[in-house]
Amino acid sequence: MQFSREEVLKIAKLARLHLEEEDIVKYQEDLSSILSYVEKLQELNTDDVPEFQHAAGSVNVFREDVIEGCDPDVRRRAIDNFTAREGDLLKVQAVFENRTE
Amino acid sequence: MDVSTLTIKEAGDQLASGELTAEALTKSYLDRIKEQDSDIHAFLSVSDTAVSEAIEIDRRRAAGESLGPLAGIPVGTKDVIVVKGWETTGGSQILEGYRAPYDATAIERLRKAGAILIGRTNCDEFAMGSSNENSHYGPVKNPYDKTKVPGGSSGGSAAAVAAGFVPAALGSETGGSVRQPASLCGIVGLKPTYGRVSRYGLMALSSSMDQIGSFARTVEDVATLLEAIEGRDPKDGTSAELSNTTVPALIEKSVDGMTLGVPKEYFASGMDSRVATVVQEAIAELERAGAKIQEISMPHSEYALAAYYIIQPAEASSNLGRFDGLRYGYHSGGENLQETYERTRGEGFGTEVKRRIMLGSYTLSAGYYDAYYRKALKVRTLIKRDFDEAFKNVDAIVCPTSPTVAWNIGEKFNDPLAMYLADIYTVTANLATVPGMSVPCGFVDGLPVGLQILGKPFDEYTLFRIGATYQNRTNWHKQTPN
Repeated sequence: MQFSREEVLKIAKLARLHLEEEDIVKYQEDLSSILSYVEKLQELNTDDVPEFQHAAGSVNVFREDVIEGCDPDVRRRAIDNFTAREGDLLKVQAVFENRTE
Repeated sequence: MDVSTLTIKEAGDQLASGELTAEALTKSYLDRIKEQDSDIHAFLSVSDTAVSEAIEIDRRRAAGESLGPLAGIPVGTKDVIVVKGWETTGGSQILEGYRAPYDATAIERLRKAGAILIGRTNCDEFAMGSSNENSHYGPVKNPYDKTKVPGGSSGGSAAAVAAGFVPAALGSETGGSVRQPASLCGIVGLKPTYGRVSRYGLMALSSSMDQIGSFARTVEDVATLLEAIEGRDPKDGTSAELSNTTVPALIEKSVDGMTLGVPKEYFASGMDSRVATVVQEAIAELERAGAKIQEISMPHSEYALAAYYIIQPAEASSNLGRFDGLRYGYHSGGENLQETYERTRGEGFGTEVKRRIMLGSYTLSAGYYDAYYRKALKVRTLIKRDFDEAFKNVDAIVCPTSPTVAWNIGEKFNDPLAMYLADIYTVTANLATVPGMSVPCGFVDGLPVGLQILGKPFDEYTLFRIGATYQNRTNWHKQTPN
Protein backbone atom coordinates (compact mmCIF):
# COMPACT_ATOMS: atom_id res chain seq x y z
CA MET A 1 0.00 0.00 0.00
CA GLN A 2 1.69 3.19 -1.19
CA PHE A 3 0.16 6.63 -0.84
CA SER A 4 0.86 9.17 -3.54
CA ARG A 5 1.18 12.86 -2.86
CA GLU A 6 -2.11 13.43 -4.70
CA GLU A 7 -3.92 10.89 -2.54
CA VAL A 8 -2.74 12.54 0.67
CA LEU A 9 -3.83 15.94 -0.61
CA LYS A 10 -7.21 14.54 -1.66
CA ILE A 11 -7.83 13.04 1.81
CA ALA A 12 -6.68 16.24 3.48
CA LYS A 13 -9.19 18.16 1.37
CA LEU A 14 -11.97 15.74 2.33
CA ALA A 15 -11.02 16.14 6.01
CA ARG A 16 -10.74 19.96 5.74
CA LEU A 17 -7.09 19.99 6.77
CA HIS A 18 -4.48 22.31 5.41
CA LEU A 19 -1.13 20.51 5.33
CA GLU A 20 2.25 22.21 5.33
CA GLU A 21 4.30 21.33 2.27
CA GLU A 22 7.12 19.81 4.32
CA ASP A 23 4.75 17.44 6.15
CA ILE A 24 3.21 15.81 3.09
CA VAL A 25 5.95 13.23 2.48
CA LYS A 26 5.84 12.15 6.14
CA TYR A 27 2.06 11.64 5.95
CA GLN A 28 2.55 9.60 2.76
CA GLU A 29 4.98 7.32 4.59
CA ASP A 30 2.96 7.07 7.83
CA LEU A 31 -0.39 6.38 6.18
CA SER A 32 1.24 3.82 3.88
CA SER A 33 2.84 1.94 6.76
CA ILE A 34 -0.34 1.95 8.91
CA LEU A 35 -2.54 0.80 6.03
CA SER A 36 -0.05 -1.94 5.12
CA TYR A 37 -0.31 -3.18 8.70
CA VAL A 38 -4.12 -3.19 8.80
CA GLU A 39 -4.13 -5.13 5.51
CA LYS A 40 -3.62 -8.23 7.64
CA LEU A 41 -7.37 -8.30 8.27
CA GLN A 42 -7.74 -9.53 4.68
CA GLU A 43 -6.22 -12.87 5.83
CA LEU A 44 -9.47 -13.62 7.66
CA ASN A 45 -12.51 -14.97 5.88
CA THR A 46 -15.43 -13.00 7.28
CA ASP A 47 -18.07 -13.78 4.63
CA ASP A 48 -20.51 -15.19 7.18
CA VAL A 49 -19.67 -12.84 10.05
CA PRO A 50 -22.09 -10.02 10.84
CA GLU A 51 -20.75 -6.54 11.47
CA PHE A 52 -20.47 -5.45 15.08
CA GLN A 53 -23.07 -2.74 15.45
CA HIS A 54 -24.16 -1.88 18.95
CA ALA A 55 -21.55 -1.41 21.65
CA ALA A 56 -24.13 -0.89 24.40
CA GLY A 57 -26.47 -3.65 23.23
CA SER A 58 -29.47 -1.50 24.11
CA VAL A 59 -32.43 -1.27 21.78
CA ASN A 60 -34.71 1.70 21.15
CA VAL A 61 -33.76 4.05 23.95
CA PHE A 62 -36.65 6.51 23.92
CA ARG A 63 -37.50 9.65 25.78
CA GLU A 64 -40.50 11.94 25.66
CA ASP A 65 -40.35 14.42 22.80
CA VAL A 66 -40.55 17.53 24.91
CA ILE A 67 -38.61 20.76 24.81
CA GLU A 68 -36.56 21.07 27.98
CA GLY A 69 -34.72 24.24 27.04
CA CYS A 70 -31.22 25.03 28.13
CA ASP A 71 -30.02 26.26 31.48
CA PRO A 72 -29.57 30.04 30.95
CA ASP A 73 -26.11 30.03 32.53
CA VAL A 74 -24.92 27.15 30.33
CA ARG A 75 -26.39 28.94 27.29
CA ARG A 76 -24.57 32.14 28.18
CA ARG A 77 -21.26 30.31 28.60
CA ALA A 78 -21.68 28.48 25.30
CA ILE A 79 -22.32 31.74 23.48
CA ASP A 80 -19.33 33.36 25.15
CA ASN A 81 -17.13 30.76 23.45
CA PHE A 82 -18.21 31.84 19.92
CA THR A 83 -15.40 33.17 17.77
CA ALA A 84 -17.62 35.90 16.33
CA ARG A 85 -21.21 36.82 17.00
CA GLU A 86 -23.95 39.29 16.44
CA GLY A 87 -26.02 39.57 19.57
CA ASP A 88 -26.47 35.97 20.65
CA LEU A 89 -26.14 34.61 17.14
CA LEU A 90 -23.06 32.81 15.84
CA LYS A 91 -21.58 34.79 12.99
CA VAL A 92 -19.96 32.80 10.18
CA GLN A 93 -18.70 33.33 6.68
CA ALA A 94 -21.16 32.65 3.84
CA VAL A 95 -21.64 28.98 3.06
CA PHE A 96 -22.72 29.72 -0.53
CA GLU A 97 -21.04 32.23 -2.80
CA ASN A 98 -23.13 35.13 -4.08
CA ARG A 99 -23.78 34.80 -7.77
CA THR A 100 -25.79 36.92 -10.13
CA GLU A 101 -26.32 35.20 -13.44
CA MET B 1 2.45 16.24 56.68
CA ASP B 2 3.35 13.57 54.10
CA VAL B 3 0.26 12.88 52.05
CA SER B 4 2.10 11.33 49.11
CA THR B 5 1.21 7.73 49.84
CA LEU B 6 -2.27 8.20 51.30
CA THR B 7 -5.07 6.15 49.79
CA ILE B 8 -8.66 7.41 49.54
CA LYS B 9 -9.55 4.97 52.30
CA GLU B 10 -6.81 6.18 54.66
CA ALA B 11 -7.45 9.86 53.97
CA GLY B 12 -11.21 9.31 54.34
CA ASP B 13 -10.75 7.62 57.72
CA GLN B 14 -8.51 10.43 58.97
CA LEU B 15 -10.98 13.07 57.77
CA ALA B 16 -13.85 11.27 59.45
CA SER B 17 -12.00 10.94 62.77
CA GLY B 18 -10.96 14.58 62.73
CA GLU B 19 -7.22 13.78 62.57
CA LEU B 20 -7.09 15.63 59.28
CA THR B 21 -9.06 18.42 57.65
CA ALA B 22 -9.95 18.60 53.98
CA GLU B 23 -8.37 22.03 53.90
CA ALA B 24 -5.00 20.77 55.19
CA LEU B 25 -5.14 17.76 52.88
CA THR B 26 -5.92 19.84 49.81
CA LYS B 27 -3.24 22.40 50.64
CA SER B 28 -0.65 19.64 51.12
CA TYR B 29 -1.36 18.22 47.68
CA LEU B 30 -1.35 21.67 46.09
CA ASP B 31 2.03 22.33 47.72
CA ARG B 32 3.42 19.08 46.37
CA ILE B 33 2.17 19.94 42.89
CA LYS B 34 3.69 23.40 43.12
CA GLU B 35 7.04 22.09 44.33
CA GLN B 36 7.43 19.01 42.16
CA ASP B 37 5.20 19.10 39.11
CA SER B 38 7.51 21.31 37.07
CA ASP B 39 9.62 18.13 36.62
CA ILE B 40 6.69 15.88 35.74
CA HIS B 41 4.07 18.11 34.11
CA ALA B 42 1.14 15.95 35.20
CA PHE B 43 -1.15 18.96 35.68
CA LEU B 44 -2.14 21.54 33.06
CA SER B 45 -3.69 23.73 35.74
CA VAL B 46 -4.87 23.55 39.32
CA SER B 47 -8.19 24.81 40.60
CA ASP B 48 -8.25 28.16 42.37
CA THR B 49 -11.38 27.15 44.26
CA ALA B 50 -10.13 23.78 45.58
CA VAL B 51 -9.16 25.15 49.00
CA SER B 52 -12.45 27.01 49.50
CA GLU B 53 -14.35 23.87 48.46
CA ALA B 54 -12.34 21.88 51.02
CA ILE B 55 -13.11 24.45 53.74
CA GLU B 56 -16.80 24.13 52.88
CA ILE B 57 -16.59 20.33 53.29
CA ASP B 58 -14.90 20.80 56.69
CA ARG B 59 -17.66 23.20 57.71
CA ARG B 60 -20.37 20.77 56.67
CA ARG B 61 -18.62 17.94 58.49
CA ALA B 62 -18.35 20.03 61.66
CA ALA B 63 -22.04 20.86 61.36
CA GLY B 64 -22.82 17.14 61.33
CA GLU B 65 -24.19 17.10 57.81
CA SER B 66 -24.21 13.83 55.95
CA LEU B 67 -21.37 13.75 53.44
CA GLY B 68 -20.64 11.71 50.33
CA PRO B 69 -18.14 8.83 50.10
CA LEU B 70 -15.40 11.08 48.67
CA ALA B 71 -15.97 14.01 51.01
CA GLY B 72 -12.82 16.12 51.12
CA ILE B 73 -10.77 13.82 48.86
CA PRO B 74 -8.81 15.69 46.16
CA VAL B 75 -9.20 14.13 42.71
CA GLY B 76 -7.46 15.02 39.45
CA THR B 77 -9.41 14.92 36.20
CA LYS B 78 -8.10 14.34 32.70
CA ASP B 79 -8.37 17.36 30.45
CA VAL B 80 -10.86 15.66 28.12
CA ILE B 81 -13.63 15.70 30.75
CA VAL B 82 -15.36 19.06 30.92
CA VAL B 83 -15.56 21.02 34.17
CA LYS B 84 -17.84 24.05 34.21
CA GLY B 85 -15.91 27.29 33.98
CA TRP B 86 -12.54 25.61 33.60
CA GLU B 87 -10.43 25.86 30.52
CA THR B 88 -10.75 22.36 29.06
CA THR B 89 -8.51 21.74 26.07
CA GLY B 90 -8.29 18.01 25.40
CA GLY B 91 -4.54 18.60 25.30
CA SER B 92 -5.10 20.39 21.99
CA GLN B 93 -4.26 23.81 20.69
CA ILE B 94 -7.60 23.87 18.88
CA LEU B 95 -9.40 24.25 22.24
CA GLU B 96 -6.94 26.67 23.80
CA GLY B 97 -8.95 29.20 25.77
CA TYR B 98 -12.19 27.20 25.61
CA ARG B 99 -14.12 27.37 28.85
CA ALA B 100 -16.54 24.54 29.41
CA PRO B 101 -20.14 25.73 29.86
CA TYR B 102 -21.21 22.72 31.94
CA ASP B 103 -20.01 19.79 34.05
CA ALA B 104 -19.64 16.30 32.61
CA THR B 105 -21.94 13.84 34.37
CA ALA B 106 -18.93 12.11 35.98
CA ILE B 107 -17.79 15.50 37.31
CA GLU B 108 -21.26 16.32 38.61
CA ARG B 109 -21.28 12.97 40.42
CA LEU B 110 -17.79 13.47 41.85
CA ARG B 111 -18.95 16.81 43.26
CA LYS B 112 -22.04 15.19 44.73
CA ALA B 113 -19.80 12.56 46.38
CA GLY B 114 -17.87 15.42 47.99
CA ALA B 115 -14.63 15.16 45.99
CA ILE B 116 -12.42 18.22 45.67
CA LEU B 117 -11.61 18.79 41.99
CA ILE B 118 -8.00 19.80 42.32
CA GLY B 119 -7.00 20.35 38.70
CA ARG B 120 -6.95 19.07 35.16
CA THR B 121 -4.33 16.57 34.12
CA ASN B 122 -2.22 16.55 30.99
CA CYS B 123 -2.97 14.04 28.24
CA ASP B 124 -2.31 13.17 24.62
CA GLU B 125 -4.23 15.44 22.27
CA PHE B 126 -7.86 14.29 22.23
CA ALA B 127 -6.70 11.08 23.92
CA MET B 128 -4.76 9.95 20.85
CA GLY B 129 -1.48 8.46 21.93
CA SER B 130 0.27 5.90 24.11
CA SER B 131 3.06 8.03 25.55
CA ASN B 132 1.58 11.46 26.38
CA GLU B 133 4.03 13.04 23.92
CA ASN B 134 1.14 14.25 21.75
CA SER B 135 -0.03 16.88 24.23
CA HIS B 136 0.15 20.36 22.71
CA TYR B 137 1.18 21.56 26.16
CA GLY B 138 4.27 19.34 26.40
CA PRO B 139 4.95 15.76 27.48
CA VAL B 140 4.47 14.20 30.91
CA LYS B 141 7.43 12.43 32.52
CA ASN B 142 7.27 9.10 34.30
CA PRO B 143 7.73 9.67 38.06
CA TYR B 144 9.86 6.51 38.27
CA ASP B 145 12.34 7.82 35.69
CA LYS B 146 11.93 11.26 34.22
CA THR B 147 13.61 10.23 30.97
CA LYS B 148 10.77 7.76 30.34
CA VAL B 149 7.20 8.18 29.13
CA PRO B 150 4.33 7.68 31.62
CA GLY B 151 2.19 5.93 28.97
CA GLY B 152 -0.89 7.47 27.47
CA SER B 153 -3.21 8.87 26.71
CA SER B 154 -4.14 9.53 30.38
CA GLY B 155 -0.45 9.94 31.28
CA GLY B 156 -1.00 13.04 33.42
CA SER B 157 -3.59 11.33 35.63
CA ALA B 158 -1.40 8.25 36.08
CA ALA B 159 1.75 10.26 36.81
CA ALA B 160 -0.16 12.50 39.24
CA VAL B 161 -1.23 9.53 41.36
CA ALA B 162 2.16 7.79 41.11
CA ALA B 163 3.96 10.99 42.15
CA GLY B 164 1.67 11.45 45.15
CA PHE B 165 0.05 14.66 43.86
CA VAL B 166 -3.43 13.21 44.39
CA PRO B 167 -4.74 9.95 45.84
CA ALA B 168 -6.91 9.36 42.78
CA ALA B 169 -7.74 10.68 39.32
CA LEU B 170 -10.13 10.17 36.45
CA GLY B 171 -8.89 9.25 33.01
CA SER B 172 -10.52 8.04 29.86
CA GLU B 173 -10.04 5.00 27.68
CA THR B 174 -10.61 4.15 24.08
CA GLY B 175 -7.89 1.53 23.55
CA GLY B 176 -5.98 1.24 26.82
CA SER B 177 -5.47 4.87 27.84
CA VAL B 178 -6.12 4.13 31.52
CA ARG B 179 -4.73 0.60 31.91
CA GLN B 180 -1.50 1.19 29.98
CA PRO B 181 -0.34 4.35 31.83
CA ALA B 182 -1.42 2.71 35.13
CA SER B 183 0.87 -0.19 34.26
CA LEU B 184 3.78 2.05 33.26
CA CYS B 185 3.42 4.22 36.39
CA GLY B 186 2.89 1.40 38.90
CA ILE B 187 -0.68 2.15 40.03
CA VAL B 188 -4.16 0.65 39.57
CA GLY B 189 -6.23 1.70 36.55
CA LEU B 190 -9.74 0.58 35.67
CA LYS B 191 -11.61 0.73 32.38
CA PRO B 192 -15.22 -0.08 33.16
CA THR B 193 -17.60 -1.96 30.86
CA TYR B 194 -18.82 0.20 27.97
CA GLY B 195 -21.99 1.90 29.20
CA ARG B 196 -21.18 1.69 32.91
CA VAL B 197 -20.15 5.36 33.17
CA SER B 198 -21.89 8.16 31.31
CA ARG B 199 -19.88 9.71 28.48
CA TYR B 200 -21.77 13.01 28.72
CA GLY B 201 -19.11 15.72 28.88
CA LEU B 202 -16.29 13.42 27.80
CA MET B 203 -14.75 14.70 24.57
CA ALA B 204 -15.62 12.10 21.97
CA LEU B 205 -12.80 10.16 20.33
CA SER B 206 -14.43 6.88 19.35
CA SER B 207 -17.99 6.80 20.59
CA SER B 208 -18.41 3.02 20.45
CA MET B 209 -15.39 2.45 22.73
CA ASP B 210 -14.82 5.55 24.91
CA GLN B 211 -15.26 5.14 28.68
CA ILE B 212 -14.24 7.20 31.69
CA GLY B 213 -11.98 5.22 34.01
CA SER B 214 -10.24 5.70 37.32
CA PHE B 215 -6.73 5.63 38.79
CA ALA B 216 -5.67 5.05 42.39
CA ARG B 217 -3.16 3.07 44.44
CA THR B 218 -5.51 0.34 45.56
CA VAL B 219 -8.28 -1.71 44.02
CA GLU B 220 -10.67 -0.58 46.76
CA ASP B 221 -10.03 3.06 45.91
CA VAL B 222 -10.64 2.49 42.21
CA ALA B 223 -13.91 0.77 43.13
CA THR B 224 -14.86 3.72 45.36
CA LEU B 225 -14.36 6.11 42.46
CA LEU B 226 -16.32 3.90 40.08
CA GLU B 227 -19.20 3.67 42.50
CA ALA B 228 -19.35 7.46 42.70
CA ILE B 229 -19.58 8.03 38.95
CA GLU B 230 -21.30 4.96 37.46
CA GLY B 231 -24.89 4.38 36.39
CA ARG B 232 -27.59 5.39 33.99
CA ASP B 233 -27.63 8.99 32.81
CA PRO B 234 -30.48 10.26 30.62
CA LYS B 235 -27.93 12.48 28.85
CA ASP B 236 -26.09 9.43 27.45
CA GLY B 237 -28.36 7.00 25.62
CA THR B 238 -25.68 4.28 25.78
CA SER B 239 -25.29 4.46 29.56
CA ALA B 240 -26.61 1.35 31.23
CA GLU B 241 -29.22 0.80 33.88
CA LEU B 242 -27.20 -1.12 36.47
CA SER B 243 -28.60 -4.08 38.32
CA ASN B 244 -25.49 -4.43 40.46
CA THR B 245 -23.44 -1.70 42.02
CA THR B 246 -19.98 -2.05 43.42
CA VAL B 247 -19.64 -1.96 47.17
CA PRO B 248 -15.96 -1.38 47.91
CA ALA B 249 -16.11 -2.12 51.62
CA LEU B 250 -17.44 -5.56 50.84
CA ILE B 251 -14.93 -6.74 48.26
CA GLU B 252 -14.18 -10.31 49.17
CA LYS B 253 -10.42 -10.84 49.24
CA SER B 254 -10.51 -14.38 47.96
CA VAL B 255 -10.18 -16.07 44.60
CA ASP B 256 -10.71 -19.51 46.01
CA GLY B 257 -12.53 -21.66 43.47
CA MET B 258 -12.22 -19.12 40.65
CA THR B 259 -10.97 -20.17 37.24
CA LEU B 260 -8.67 -17.66 35.55
CA GLY B 261 -7.85 -17.95 31.85
CA VAL B 262 -4.40 -17.13 30.52
CA PRO B 263 -4.61 -16.49 26.76
CA LYS B 264 -1.50 -17.83 25.07
CA GLU B 265 -1.79 -15.10 22.40
CA TYR B 266 -1.05 -12.45 25.05
CA PHE B 267 2.48 -13.71 25.54
CA ALA B 268 3.38 -13.47 21.87
CA SER B 269 6.46 -12.27 20.06
CA GLY B 270 7.33 -8.60 20.55
CA MET B 271 6.86 -9.03 24.27
CA ASP B 272 9.74 -8.25 26.63
CA SER B 273 10.47 -11.67 28.15
CA ARG B 274 11.34 -10.10 31.52
CA VAL B 275 7.88 -8.49 31.63
CA ALA B 276 6.37 -11.88 30.75
CA THR B 277 8.23 -13.49 33.66
CA VAL B 278 6.98 -10.89 36.14
CA VAL B 279 3.38 -11.33 34.95
CA GLN B 280 3.68 -15.16 35.08
CA GLU B 281 4.83 -14.85 38.68
CA ALA B 282 1.78 -12.68 39.50
CA ILE B 283 -0.46 -15.32 37.97
CA ALA B 284 1.33 -17.98 40.04
CA GLU B 285 0.56 -15.90 43.15
CA LEU B 286 -3.14 -15.97 42.27
CA GLU B 287 -2.83 -19.75 41.87
CA ARG B 288 -1.30 -19.99 45.35
CA ALA B 289 -4.27 -17.92 46.56
CA GLY B 290 -6.58 -20.69 45.39
CA ALA B 291 -7.46 -19.81 41.80
CA LYS B 292 -7.41 -22.44 39.11
CA ILE B 293 -5.27 -21.31 36.18
CA GLN B 294 -6.21 -22.49 32.73
CA GLU B 295 -4.48 -21.78 29.45
CA ILE B 296 -6.96 -20.58 26.85
CA SER B 297 -6.82 -19.43 23.25
CA MET B 298 -8.35 -16.25 21.86
CA PRO B 299 -7.51 -16.89 18.21
CA HIS B 300 -8.41 -13.50 16.78
CA SER B 301 -6.28 -11.48 19.20
CA GLU B 302 -3.58 -10.88 16.61
CA TYR B 303 -6.10 -9.04 14.42
CA ALA B 304 -7.42 -6.78 17.18
CA LEU B 305 -4.93 -3.96 16.77
CA ALA B 306 -5.51 -3.74 13.01
CA ALA B 307 -9.29 -3.64 13.50
CA TYR B 308 -8.89 -1.06 16.25
CA TYR B 309 -6.76 1.26 14.11
CA ILE B 310 -9.45 1.26 11.44
CA ILE B 311 -12.52 1.68 13.66
CA GLN B 312 -11.06 4.24 16.06
CA PRO B 313 -9.69 6.72 13.47
CA ALA B 314 -12.90 6.32 11.45
CA GLU B 315 -15.02 7.35 14.43
CA ALA B 316 -12.50 10.03 15.40
CA SER B 317 -12.54 11.59 11.94
CA SER B 318 -16.29 11.98 12.28
CA ASN B 319 -16.27 13.15 15.92
CA LEU B 320 -13.57 15.74 15.34
CA GLY B 321 -15.55 17.30 12.53
CA ARG B 322 -17.06 19.61 15.13
CA PHE B 323 -13.84 21.61 15.44
CA ASP B 324 -14.55 24.23 12.83
CA GLY B 325 -12.97 27.32 14.38
CA LEU B 326 -16.35 28.99 14.66
CA ARG B 327 -18.17 27.83 17.75
CA TYR B 328 -15.26 27.56 20.14
CA GLY B 329 -11.51 27.49 20.46
CA TYR B 330 -8.77 28.28 17.99
CA HIS B 331 -9.68 30.25 14.86
CA SER B 332 -7.58 30.99 11.80
CA GLY B 333 -9.57 32.99 9.27
CA GLY B 334 -9.34 32.44 5.51
CA GLU B 335 -10.80 34.01 2.38
CA ASN B 336 -13.88 31.83 2.56
CA LEU B 337 -15.44 29.25 4.85
CA GLN B 338 -13.62 26.28 3.30
CA GLU B 339 -10.29 28.00 3.80
CA THR B 340 -11.16 28.94 7.39
CA TYR B 341 -11.93 25.29 8.16
CA GLU B 342 -8.72 24.08 6.54
CA ARG B 343 -6.48 26.63 8.20
CA THR B 344 -8.07 26.34 11.64
CA ARG B 345 -7.86 22.55 11.61
CA GLY B 346 -4.47 22.39 9.88
CA GLU B 347 -2.91 24.72 12.44
CA GLY B 348 -5.00 23.79 15.50
CA PHE B 349 -4.62 19.99 15.38
CA GLY B 350 -1.31 18.24 16.08
CA THR B 351 0.37 15.69 13.84
CA GLU B 352 -1.09 12.51 15.34
CA VAL B 353 -4.63 13.89 15.32
CA LYS B 354 -4.31 14.90 11.67
CA ARG B 355 -2.85 11.49 10.86
CA ARG B 356 -5.83 9.73 12.40
CA ILE B 357 -8.40 12.07 10.88
CA MET B 358 -6.90 11.38 7.45
CA LEU B 359 -6.74 7.65 8.10
CA GLY B 360 -10.39 7.65 9.14
CA SER B 361 -11.48 9.83 6.25
CA TYR B 362 -9.73 7.44 3.88
CA THR B 363 -11.16 4.19 5.26
CA LEU B 364 -14.66 5.66 5.26
CA SER B 365 -14.39 7.12 1.76
CA ALA B 366 -16.18 5.73 -1.29
CA GLY B 367 -14.49 2.64 -2.66
CA TYR B 368 -12.63 1.78 0.55
CA TYR B 369 -15.44 1.49 3.09
CA ASP B 370 -16.07 -2.23 2.48
CA ALA B 371 -12.42 -3.23 2.39
CA TYR B 372 -11.51 -1.42 5.59
CA TYR B 373 -14.31 -0.20 7.81
CA ARG B 374 -16.88 -2.92 7.17
CA LYS B 375 -14.17 -5.58 7.36
CA ALA B 376 -12.98 -4.20 10.70
CA LEU B 377 -16.52 -4.29 12.12
CA LYS B 378 -16.74 -7.97 11.18
CA VAL B 379 -13.42 -8.69 12.85
CA ARG B 380 -14.73 -6.82 15.91
CA THR B 381 -17.53 -9.39 16.06
CA LEU B 382 -14.91 -12.17 16.00
CA ILE B 383 -12.98 -10.53 18.86
CA LYS B 384 -16.18 -10.24 20.87
CA ARG B 385 -16.92 -13.93 20.20
CA ASP B 386 -13.43 -14.87 21.46
CA PHE B 387 -14.34 -13.26 24.78
CA ASP B 388 -17.82 -14.82 24.88
CA GLU B 389 -16.27 -18.26 24.30
CA ALA B 390 -13.55 -17.72 26.91
CA PHE B 391 -16.06 -16.63 29.55
CA LYS B 392 -17.98 -19.89 29.13
CA ASN B 393 -15.04 -21.60 30.85
CA VAL B 394 -13.29 -18.98 32.97
CA ASP B 395 -14.38 -16.30 35.46
CA ALA B 396 -11.83 -13.77 34.25
CA ILE B 397 -8.74 -13.46 32.08
CA VAL B 398 -5.28 -12.56 33.39
CA CYS B 399 -2.43 -11.36 31.15
CA PRO B 400 0.07 -8.52 30.73
CA THR B 401 -1.22 -4.96 30.34
CA SER B 402 1.69 -3.77 28.24
CA PRO B 403 4.30 -5.75 26.30
CA THR B 404 7.08 -3.56 27.74
CA VAL B 405 7.87 -1.23 30.62
CA ALA B 406 8.07 2.54 30.06
CA TRP B 407 10.33 3.52 27.15
CA ASN B 408 12.49 6.58 26.53
CA ILE B 409 10.80 9.85 25.71
CA GLY B 410 11.20 10.32 21.95
CA GLU B 411 11.92 6.66 21.23
CA LYS B 412 8.73 5.88 19.29
CA PHE B 413 7.58 9.41 18.60
CA ASN B 414 8.33 9.39 14.88
CA ASP B 415 7.13 5.87 14.24
CA PRO B 416 3.35 5.80 14.67
CA LEU B 417 3.04 2.08 14.02
CA ALA B 418 5.57 1.22 16.75
CA MET B 419 3.60 3.49 19.08
CA TYR B 420 0.30 1.77 18.19
CA LEU B 421 1.81 -1.63 19.03
CA ALA B 422 2.06 -0.51 22.67
CA ASP B 423 -1.73 -0.97 22.83
CA ILE B 424 -1.69 -4.53 21.56
CA TYR B 425 -2.94 -6.17 24.79
CA THR B 426 -5.43 -3.47 25.76
CA VAL B 427 -7.48 -2.70 22.62
CA THR B 428 -9.27 -6.06 22.75
CA ALA B 429 -11.28 -5.07 25.83
CA ASN B 430 -12.48 -1.86 24.17
CA LEU B 431 -13.45 -3.67 20.97
CA ALA B 432 -15.31 -6.31 23.00
CA THR B 433 -16.74 -3.66 25.43
CA VAL B 434 -15.59 -5.70 28.48
CA PRO B 435 -14.09 -4.24 31.68
CA GLY B 436 -10.35 -4.34 32.32
CA MET B 437 -8.03 -3.36 35.12
CA SER B 438 -4.26 -3.08 35.52
CA VAL B 439 -2.71 -3.83 38.91
CA PRO B 440 0.99 -3.27 39.76
CA CYS B 441 2.80 -6.63 39.93
CA GLY B 442 6.54 -5.99 39.90
CA PHE B 443 9.44 -4.20 38.28
CA VAL B 444 11.86 -4.63 35.39
CA ASP B 445 14.93 -2.39 35.45
CA GLY B 446 13.30 -0.36 38.23
CA LEU B 447 10.22 0.36 36.11
CA PRO B 448 6.72 -0.88 37.00
CA VAL B 449 4.93 -3.81 35.35
CA GLY B 450 1.15 -4.26 35.36
CA LEU B 451 -1.02 -7.37 35.57
CA GLN B 452 -4.12 -7.01 33.42
CA ILE B 453 -7.41 -8.57 34.52
CA LEU B 454 -10.28 -8.71 32.02
CA GLY B 455 -13.83 -9.64 32.98
CA LYS B 456 -17.32 -10.30 31.73
CA PRO B 457 -19.42 -7.26 30.82
CA PHE B 458 -20.67 -5.51 33.98
CA ASP B 459 -18.76 -7.93 36.20
CA GLU B 460 -16.29 -5.39 37.57
CA TYR B 461 -16.82 -7.00 40.95
CA THR B 462 -14.88 -10.10 39.91
CA LEU B 463 -11.99 -7.89 38.75
CA PHE B 464 -12.03 -6.16 42.14
CA ARG B 465 -12.00 -9.48 43.98
CA ILE B 466 -9.01 -10.73 42.01
CA GLY B 467 -7.15 -7.42 42.25
CA ALA B 468 -7.86 -6.95 45.96
CA THR B 469 -6.79 -10.52 46.72
CA TYR B 470 -3.54 -9.94 44.86
CA GLN B 471 -2.88 -6.64 46.64
CA ASN B 472 -3.64 -8.27 49.98
CA ARG B 473 -0.85 -10.78 49.34
CA THR B 474 1.74 -8.46 47.77
CA ASN B 475 3.33 -5.07 48.37
CA TRP B 476 3.93 -3.84 44.83
CA HIS B 477 1.26 -1.16 45.17
CA LYS B 478 3.05 0.26 48.20
CA GLN B 479 6.19 1.04 46.19
CA THR B 480 6.72 4.68 45.32
CA PRO B 481 9.09 6.45 42.91
CA ASN B 482 11.05 7.76 45.90
